[in-house]
Parts: sequence; structure tokens; C-alpha cells
Amino acid sequence: MDELLPRLPFADWIDTGVDWLVDKFGTGLDGFADVLEGAVEGTVDILNLVPSILLAFIFALIAGIISTRKIAFFSLIGLLFIDYLGYWYPMLQMLTLVLTSVIFALVIGIPIGILSSQKAGVRKVVNPILDLMQTMPAFVYLIPAIFFFNIGVVPGVVASVIFAMPPTIRLTMLGIQQVPKDLIEATEAFGSTTWQRLFRIQIPLAKPTIMAGVNQSIMLSLSMVVIASMVGAPGLGEEVYRSVTQLKTGVGVETGLSIVIVAIILDRITQYAGNRKKKLGGNTL
Amino acid sequence: MNWVRVFRTVRSEDMSEEYINKKIVVKDATKIFGKNSNRAIQLLKDGKTKSEILKATGATVGVKQVSFEVNEGEIFVIMGLSGSGKSTLVRLLNRLIDPTMGQILLDGKDIVQMNKEQLRDVRRKKIGMVFQNFALFPHKTIVENTEYGLEIQGVSKKERNEKAIESLRLVGLAGYEDQYPKQLSGGMQQRVGLARALANNPDILLMDEAFSALDPLIRKDMQNELLQLHHDMQKTIIFITHDLDEALRIGDRIALMKDGEIVQIGSPEEILMSPSNDYVERFVEDVDLSKVLTAGHIMKKADTVKVDRGPRVALRLMKHLGISSIYVVDNANRLLGAVTAQDTVEAIESEKSLNDVIISDLPMISPDTVLTELFDVVSTASIPVAVINEERKLQGIIIRGALIGALSGDNEFINKDGTMDSAAQPITEVI
Repeated sequence: MDELLPRLPFADWIDTGVDWLVDKFGTGLDGFADVLEGAVEGTVDILNLVPSILLAFIFALIAGIISTRKIAFFSLIGLLFIDYLGYWYPMLQMLTLVLTSVIFALVIGIPIGILSSQKAGVRKVVNPILDLMQTMPAFVYLIPAIFFFNIGVVPGVVASVIFAMPPTIRLTMLGIQQVPKDLIEATEAFGSTTWQRLFRIQIPLAKPTIMAGVNQSIMLSLSMVVIASMVGAPGLGEEVYRSVTQLKTGVGVETGLSIVIVAIILDRITQYAGNRKKKLGGNTL
Repeated sequence: MNWVRVFRTVRSEDMSEEYINKKIVVKDATKIFGKNSNRAIQLLKDGKTKSEILKATGATVGVKQVSFEVNEGEIFVIMGLSGSGKSTLVRLLNRLIDPTMGQILLDGKDIVQMNKEQLRDVRRKKIGMVFQNFALFPHKTIVENTEYGLEIQGVSKKERNEKAIESLRLVGLAGYEDQYPKQLSGGMQQRVGLARALANNPDILLMDEAFSALDPLIRKDMQNELLQLHHDMQKTIIFITHDLDEALRIGDRIALMKDGEIVQIGSPEEILMSPSNDYVERFVEDVDLSKVLTAGHIMKKADTVKVDRGPRVALRLMKHLGISSIYVVDNANRLLGAVTAQDTVEAIESEKSLNDVIISDLPMISPDTVLTELFDVVSTASIPVAVINEERKLQGIIIRGALIGALSGDNEFINKDGTMDSAAQPITEVI
């Protein structure tokens, strides 16, 4: 067999390709990496200037404005508990990293989702790529990310963005395609342009589904923080990773629990934001 | 049924004169779904049937070389069973579905040839559409829904709001502006659909099974209101339905579709009275005649006397005709009432005029009254019921025998076209 079918050196080709890309674009990306790292660390520093208890109240207040009093109350208790355990600063680092990743995932993912919902051709290209992004073990993204961006926050963000983006794209696409055909006909019959149809009818109606995608992206991004810490991304994930390598069960549970608390807060807030309109009797299909 | 066969002559129209008023002219419009449409068209031109083409090419013929014309201000009903292609046909008219072949002229302009911008402009200004399942935007309030057509044209907030509110008022929904579609009943939702289509003030209204999703009572109300609106606004309406009763009720003319083709076009009466083939005949055979035929169809010549002729002439006429009462009209043939033979004799004896013994409290109906509404009046009246027009001129009378005869489908009792040319001639002029 070996003589008949010589093994193709795929791995070598990919290494060469990545090297070439790093050579070509590495320096250009350095600038981007510096800005991103500065922004993330700057945000963490600014947040850290505020006393933790006050900030916990502010976060709870924001949760209350977006969602319900109950969620706000849970947020306050949960955040104060994290502070009490002494993981406030790593929590801020993680939160900033997660939110940064999610913002990138949405800014890139939603337009791709909208575009694929409109063009069957785009869909044919995007769908297999999404399958790849979702099934490829997340660690694999880390390796080229290190080449491009060194170790630290940035490769962590990049890996999280790639990992977290597919649900946003998929659910944006799905939400827009699910708008009933007769509503599309109605917008067409009144002479809407494509943009009017999209932005006045399809996207508003797809909003609950898109928000479900956003929610999933946040959750996936959170699940990446421990993995990202392996390339030096700071935060709660780093604490978890350390407790694993040092076999410290207690610290592991404490930090793990802190991540869970943040996850629940973010999940409840975004879920509520997605379904809010239903309660007004408006946005259901 | 012999009434079907006797009146098979369709009134020929003077085409050249009417052509000027054509709002919509459809020539040879064809829609073929699926690949291979070129080959399918070729086969179609060779005169192959829908199923032969499906077998040969795998393409489905949705609408097959349909041609018709719609007059300005008319309600044109396209009727057919499901799968007959009627919904496809109506979508060809505003190109929600692009025709594979043919011409569709709106005010003489072929929309098939239009580019995107021109087509959008036609859809915005000229054609409104109402959908079977309402197709209201669930995230918009009633007034926002109604404004939609104007909103996308860039009409200012204030102006479109005014127009939308006016449009909602027309359909009887004033006060519901800030509700959401889900909060309204089906009938009310369809009123919003209608208001939304009217807000743009289009010349043409396409209504795709607009009332089919409503329950029968609401449906009838909506039909009446549509007729009222049509009477007030004189829009050209293309109305799609699978319901023959609905078609007969609201259509000025009806096109009956089968397998993507129009089998017959005509007035409701022509469709009923002279079906062009067996299919149409089977379609219409179960129609309840009492809901279709009107007083005009069954009225007979009335025997009348002019009021200034006096009681003696009246009495002599009654004797001559062998009847016990006679209608009294003025010089303009307006109905004043009736006199009985007995009262007339008394009037002669006491030297009174006809005016003194006239019975003016008589049941009177218009020629448009359908037979179902006649039964009650006819059964309780002691003398034949008078049929009068808006000017109170006597058109004819309804005798019980004719009513029953017409219901049995006997053509002898049915006047063609619902009019009776000689009815207005008082018999007194002859004598």
C-alpha cells in the first residue's frame, strides 16, 4: 500500500502555508494585535478602578434595566460572591475577553448570516465552513493563532471568535429564512427594495432567533476561556488551568463555580432580551 | 335542467368601443414551473395538454396561455378549484411570479418588459394586494402596518399617518391604530389588510382569496363592505376565490379556471345561464337559484291605470282583464298604489275619485332583490308585489306562480338579463 499510494504531506503543506501567511501578514497583524490587547487590558484596568461592590451594583442595575428584577438580584448576589472568594480581578479579565470575542463574533457573524440568508450561493460556501469551525477541536485554532499573534489575550480572543461565531451565523440565517412566505410576498407586493424588506420586516421578525444565536455565542465564548488560558489569556480560565496543573481541587471548584455564575447571568440576560417582545404581544410569528 | 340550454346566446359586445376602457389586458400569459421551460413552451404551442407536458419535460404548467381583459372600475373574479392556477395567475399581474411568456398590459404598459425600478413603482403606486392569510406584519401596530406601503415610498411620518388613519376609518377600524395584529379577530385583521392596500390609493386591487379564511357570517359582511367600498371608490378589483357563491355575489364578470386555463369568462348570469361546456355546467349546477335570480328575472308585466283616468276606466280594465285589483300610476308611470274592484265600485257610486280609494301601503321591492328575500313579502301580500326602480317607476309585478316556476328552473318564468323591455308600458296606453 505504501508504495502504491504515497502519503501526501498535508501537514507539511499547511505548516508551509501558515509560515507564508505569517511572513506576509504577520507584521500587519501585529499592529491589530497591539490595539486589541491595549483595548482589552485598558478596559479591564478602568473597570478595576471602580470599587468591586459598587461595580457589582452597577452590573446588577444594568441587568435589571435589560431584564427582570429577579435576574438583577441574582446577578448582584453572584458577583458579590465572586468578589468574596477573591476572584474579582480575574473575573473582570474573563468578562472583558468574553464580551470582546462576542462583539467580534456578532460584527462578523450577523452580516454573514444575513448575506447567506439571501443568496443560495453564499449559503453553499458558508455551511461547510461552519461545520468545520464547529467540529474542529478548539485547541487547533490556538496553534496558528500563536504564530500570528504571539501568546496573551489576542490569540485567546481570536480562537474564541472563531469558535463562538457559527451559532450567530446559523441562527441569523435561520431566523431570516423562517419569516413566512406570505409576509415576504406582502413586502414585495408593496414595492419594497431588498434593503427595506430585510431591515423593516425580516430582521425585526428574526430578532428572537438571532438573539438565541447571540446567547449561544456568548456561552461558547465562555467555554473557550479555559482553553484560551493555555496560550496565556488571563482571567478565571487561567485560574482553572492552574488548579488543574497543580491538582488543587478546592481552587478548581471555586473558580469553576465563578465561571458558572457569570455564565448564568449572561445567559439569563440575553435570553430575556431575545424573548422580551413576546410579552408585549408583538413579535411572535 | 332545461334553463341551462335555452339561453345559450351570449351577448356580443362592441369590442372597439370598449377597448378604450381596458385597465388590464392579459395576452397569452403563461407560467411554467420547473426546468425545461423552453421545451415546455414549444409543446404548449403544439397544443399539448398540461399532463402531456409534465410527462414529456417534467415541467408543470401553472397558467396556460391565458388571455383576458379587465375594464376600469370593474370587479373581475377569477374562480377555480385549488390547483387551477388562479393564485399563480393573480401573481403574474404584479409579477410576484414572473410569467414565462405573454404580455400583461396595465393601462397599456407591458409590465413584463419593465425593469426593477419601473416594476417597483407600479407596485407602489398602481397595485395594492390583499392576501388570503392577511400577511400582516406581526411586529408592527395596526397603523404601522397600514402605513407600510407609504413608509417605503418615503412619505413623511405625518402624511402617511393621516392617510393610514383615513384608510382604517374606511374599513371601520378607527380606534384600533395602536393594537397589534394578534390582538384582532380574523375579520378585523383582513380589514387591516384591505386598509393597508387602500392606503397607497392604487387603481387596482388584487385580492387573493381575501375572504376565504373567514367564517361565513364575517365573510358575508366583508363581501358587502367590499361592494360598498367599490361603489364609493371605483377601484378595479381582481378577486380570486374558489367559492362560486362569493364569485356570483361580488363579480361584475367571472373567469372560471381549470388546469391553468380560463374555461369561460362572462357575467355571473352568463356563467349560470349559458355554461360554455360540461365543466362549467357541473360547476354551477348546485347553485341555489333563489340566491342568484332576482325580482327582475321573474317579474311580469303589470296592469296599470293612470290616476286621472278615473274609477270607471279602472273598473272596466279590471273587468276586461279579469282581475280584482289594479295598480295606479301617475303620468310619469310612478307607482301611486293599487285599487281593488270593490273599492272602485264604491267610488263610482259615491262620486269619489280614484285617489280617495287608493291603497298606497303596498309591499314594494327593487328589481335587484334576490328571490330568497322575496318569499316572505310574496307569501303575505294579498295582491301581486310591485317591483319599482329608484324613481318609484313601476317595473313589473311578482306573481306567486312565476316565483315557484322560476325556482324549479323552468325557463318560461325567467326573463333574460333580469330585465323586461315591455314591462314599463302600461297596458292602458294600448287600450
